[in-house]
Order: sequence, then structure tokens, then C-alpha cells
Amino acid sequence: MAGELSVSRDARLAMYRTMVECRTFEERAQQLFFEGLVRGTTHLGNGQEAVAAGFAGAMRADDYTFCTYRGHNHTLARGVPMAPIFAELFGRGSGLMGGKGGSMHLTSVEHGAMGSYAIVGAHLPIAVGAAWSAQYRKSGQVAVCFFGDGATNIGAFHEALNLAAVWRVPAVFVCENNQYMEYTAIGSVTAVERPAADRAAAYGLEAIVVDGNDVRAVHEVARTAIDAARAGDGPALIEALTYRHGGHSRADPGKYRPDAEVQAWLARDPIPAERARLLAEGVREAELARIEAEATAAVAAAEAIARDGPEPDPATLETELWSDGGSAWRN
Amino acid sequence: MAELTYRQAVAAGIAQEMDRDPLVVFIGEDIGAAGGVFKTTEGLFERFGPERIRDTPISEQAIVGAVMGAAMTGLRPIGELMFSDFFAVAWDMVANQIAKTRYMTDGQVSLPLVLRTANGGGLRFGAQHSQSVESWAMAIPGLKVVAPSTPADMLGLMAAAIRDPDPVIVCEHKALFAVKGEVPDGEHVVPLGQARIARPGSDCTIVALAAMVPRALEAAERLAAEAGISAEVIDLRTLIPLDARTILDSLARTGRLFTVEENPRVLGWGAEIVSIAADEGFDSLDAPLVRITAPQVPLASAAVLEDLAMPSVERIAATVRRRLDEAR
Repeated sequence: MAGELSVSRDARLAMYRTMVECRTFEERAQQLFFEGLVRGTTHLGNGQEAVAAGFAGAMRADDYTFCTYRGHNHTLARGVPMAPIFAELFGRGSGLMGGKGGSMHLTSVEHGAMGSYAIVGAHLPIAVGAAWSAQYRKSGQVAVCFFGDGATNIGAFHEALNLAAVWRVPAVFVCENNQYMEYTAIGSVTAVERPAADRAAAYGLEAIVVDGNDVRAVHEVARTAIDAARAGDGPALIEALTYRHGGHSRADPGKYRPDAEVQAWLARDPIPAERARLLAEGVREAELARIEAEATAAVAAAEAIARDGPEPDPATLETELWSDGGSAWRN
Repeated sequence: MAELTYRQAVAAGIAQEMDRDPLVVFIGEDIGAAGGVFKTTEGLFERFGPERIRDTPISEQAIVGAVMGAAMTGLRPIGELMFSDFFAVAWDMVANQIAKTRYMTDGQVSLPLVLRTANGGGLRFGAQHSQSVESWAMAIPGLKVVAPSTPADMLGLMAAAIRDPDPVIVCEHKALFAVKGEVPDGEHVVPLGQARIARPGSDCTIVALAAMVPRALEAAERLAAEAGISAEVIDLRTLIPLDARTILDSLARTGRLFTVEENPRVLGWGAEIVSIAADEGFDSLDAPLVRITAPQVPLASAAVLEDLAMPSVERIAATVRRRLDEAR
């Protein structure tokens, strides 16, 4: 079915740019982790950019994104500026959340990035609630919820899918099946072959599997599902097959994955694949090189701004627990 | 003034706020046409319809998660957890998600939501349908906690909880549902964070919550009649925000402080109260601070055992009298 929906040249280039920006950002984030500037932990999305870019390109500016602790790509893809994201990773007061959230909780409500959730599966019911709210308010918004393959075996996944289906809320659930939960292959601990798609029938939903490394295929299923949800046709569950180029988190080298498997997936890297396709369609090499150079420059500029950002003001330790801006619990 | 039961006051409080604000919506198990398993939501479905009053499957994580997602996107949702014990099923949503999200996002996300639940013991339901979980919620930064003891407070605190811009847990005591009381006419709102002196007194202060308030009041009457002891009873009403000022002011007048909780002993809310009193009311103390609690065991089902576990009027009165005698 790929190619049924028309995608403009500008839109194709925009999605390519998003993928390149994500990759460039993540590669730099990893280097900065090894240099000790990024503390704590990071869960990089290298290799999975096509899912983020394909969906973001199909969303309305006021649609909602819910994603996981592997959420840098999805946050960037909604247009959140790089500098405050870097600053958040560095623990700076100029960070996206003032240093109170960190890598695993990137949120920018003004961009529709409604949070990165670090407890596996937790955000699926929350996305149902946002979609229910859009339905109740008749706002026409859609909630798109990204999660890993590991989330399909947790209770919240099933509770959320059932409720979303019963209430026919405008939510699109996207399983980024990167084949491994953390260090264990999803297939070795799951009763079905396709951890998300094979469960779709249980909730009266169509089983949709897409090549998650093909940004155009992703974009097409995204548009179909989002448009249907917006039209009142209820939720969708999509399983995007992909692969993370690195380990689960931090310095994990991912040695539990067979070399041949890794090499096969690296050969299917979504970015060179899309680059070759764009060239074949007549986009000039110089135009793609310019996009890549601009991404590199943007990442460098954002890093410099973030490095110059201040440490958090100690006075902010006890702010913003409550809506009055404070944290008082007694008189 | 109208007389309502505590049970009717739940629905009256919700109805008052749903009339006032079309963004208030309400979900839970059996809350719609069935009117709730405790009949606390009777009439709401007929009055406000299926868009605003929605039955859910038995999916506590989905209920609480959906309430959060709706709150962060412009609604003012209420979710019911049928028994407070079921909070344990959805504790990730409550403790990790709802409580922390505003702080973690540095104020980007507001969560004006209410989670209401039937809390507490005394109905012989056994250990998994009788707990008092208000101290669990109190321990998590980012949650407000309400536990009314009268129909008027039930209505007024429910209204305040729904209007509050932050997450509020409303603990409705299931042993109080049939209690009747006067409720003011017209719109009624009781601000969060204001304790009520339910009975003035001069010899000691007894701090209680929810179903322990009527027991403390009856114990105070007996102490007056049988021993000439004048006990002041404070109904805390809300744990977070905590009205420590009213407690410390009372302690300054009476010099003696007792807390009455049906929670197991360790780290119940009374521990925080006596900690504050020891720290900030030390100069007022004429005697040791005394916590009256359940023992550190789950609640048993048999009447004899459950009654033995929960502070009774007799135990409250006897404890106060003994400790005051010792201090003389």
C-alpha cells in the first residue's frame, strides 16, 4: 500500500531532516555521556528515527505525543528546540524542565510533547485520558502514544487498549518493536510472534505491522490511523519493526545481540535508505548535504548554548510541586 | 439547612460542581446507572448523562491513568476507586505519575483531578477491603489528602477538591456512609487545609480523622461525665495540606496531645503530628505525646478481632484517662 497517499517533496525532505537531526543529536549526546557531561542515564533512539519522523510528519500541531524514556527522537520530532533538551541532559537550570526531569522525562507541552514516561507502559492509560479529553472537548486532537515492545507484556498496555477501544477515543498506539526489551529478546518471553499486532484482535483492532525503518511506510500508516482517529473512527494499534543501533542505555554495548543480526539491521539503517531514495527521485546531493550540515551546525550551536547554561538555582528545589508554584504541605 | 447522609453528600458535592463547571467529568466502576456499590453516586448518571458519567471496566490503572491524561489536557476529572485498597493496583499511576509530573516538568503540566475512594474499616470486610490508605498518600509529595467526618464536610471538601488545581485524594469512610447531618443550603465549599475544633476543651487535645472523629467525640463526652476531664477534639479534615497551626495552638492551651488513627502503628499520620508537636510544641507539653492506633497487623474480618484492632470509644477514653492520671 506504500505510495497510495501523496507526500510532497517538501514533506519528504522535512522528514529526512528530522531523522538527520535526531541522529546527529543522539550521536553527540552519547559522546557527551562518555565525557561525563550528560549524567545519570540516556536511552538513545539511534536507528529508530523513521518512526518518530514518519509520525511527527503526520500530526497536527496541537496533537499529543506520549513517549518513553527513549524519547529524545520523539521530542525533537515535535519541534522542541535542541538547546533546552541538551541543557536538561546536562542538568542545567536552563533545561527544558529546569533540571527537574532529566533525559527520561522530556516534556514540552507547548509543542504537544506531553511527556516521556520512565515506568514501562504507564503512559498508555494516560494517553487514553488525553484522547478522551479531546473527544469530550470535540477538539479534533489525536493522542499518539509510542512504546517499546516490552510494554506489550505489562498490564497497563491491555487496560489501556481495551478502554480506548470501548470508548473509541482518538488515540494511536505505536509499538516500536526494536526486538529487545532491555537485554532480553522480546520473542523469548512473549507468547505470540508479533507482541503488539498479534494482540490487536483481542481489542477488536486491526493487526497493523509496518517497516519501522522505512519513513515513508511509517508516514503512510500514521496518516491513515491519525486521520481515522480524528474522524471519530476510534483507536489504532501499529507495530513498527525497527532496531536500536546501540545498547539499551548508558554504556551498554549490546553484546547480547548476535553480530549477524546487528549487521543486517545496520544495513537497513533508515537514514541512508531514505537518502538514496531521495537522490533517485532527483533531489540533488548538495541539497541533502546542506540538510546534514545544518543539522550538525544546529547540534553544535545547541550544545554550546546548553554548556553556557547556569546550574539550577537552589531556590527551585522546592518550587512547582503545586499550582501555586510552591511545595508547602502544612501551615 | 437540609439533612443528608454522608453517602448522599458525596453525590451532592459532585453534582454541585458538575452543575457549575462543564469540564468536570467522572469515571469509575459501577458509578453510572448502578449508582455505585456504596450508592454514593446515585442520580448522577440520570442527571448528567453518559458523556460526563462513564462506567469503566475493572481496570484501576486505566481509570487513574485516564483521569491523569484528561486532567493534563483541560478537563477536571474525578475517578473512583471502589475500595481504597485498590490504590495498590494503580499505585504507579498515583505515586510515580500523578504526584511527580508537575514537579518533574517544572510546572508545565497541571493536574486538577480528584481520586475518590471508600476507605477504612469497621464493616468486617477483611484485610483487603478495610484498609486506611490516607497515610500512604500523605507520604508522597504532590498529593493532597482529604478525609471528611461529617456530611457537611463531605460535600464542602468534595467541592473544594474538585476546584483545586492539584491532585486530591478524597477518602470517604465507608463506616460513615449512613451517618446523617445538617448541610448548609446553597453552594457549600470547605477550604482544604483547615482543621475543625469539633469540641472545645481545656485538659487535653485529641486529634482524629474521619470515622475516628465521632469516636473521639463520644470518648470526650464520657471523659467529661465520668472523670471531669475536658477534652478538646480536633477533626483534621485534611492531611495535606496539614493544619499544624490549629493543633499547636490547641496543645498550647491543653498541654497534652493524643492522636487517634485506625491505621497500623508504624508511620501512620499521627507519627507526623507528634513529631511536629515534639519539635515545635515542646514547651507546651505537660505529658508525653500519645498515639492511639491499630496494632501493626492487617485488619481481621471477625467482629471481635476487628473491633479489638480499631481504636474504640472505650479504648480512647481509657487511654486518655490513664495517661492523665499518670501525669497528675
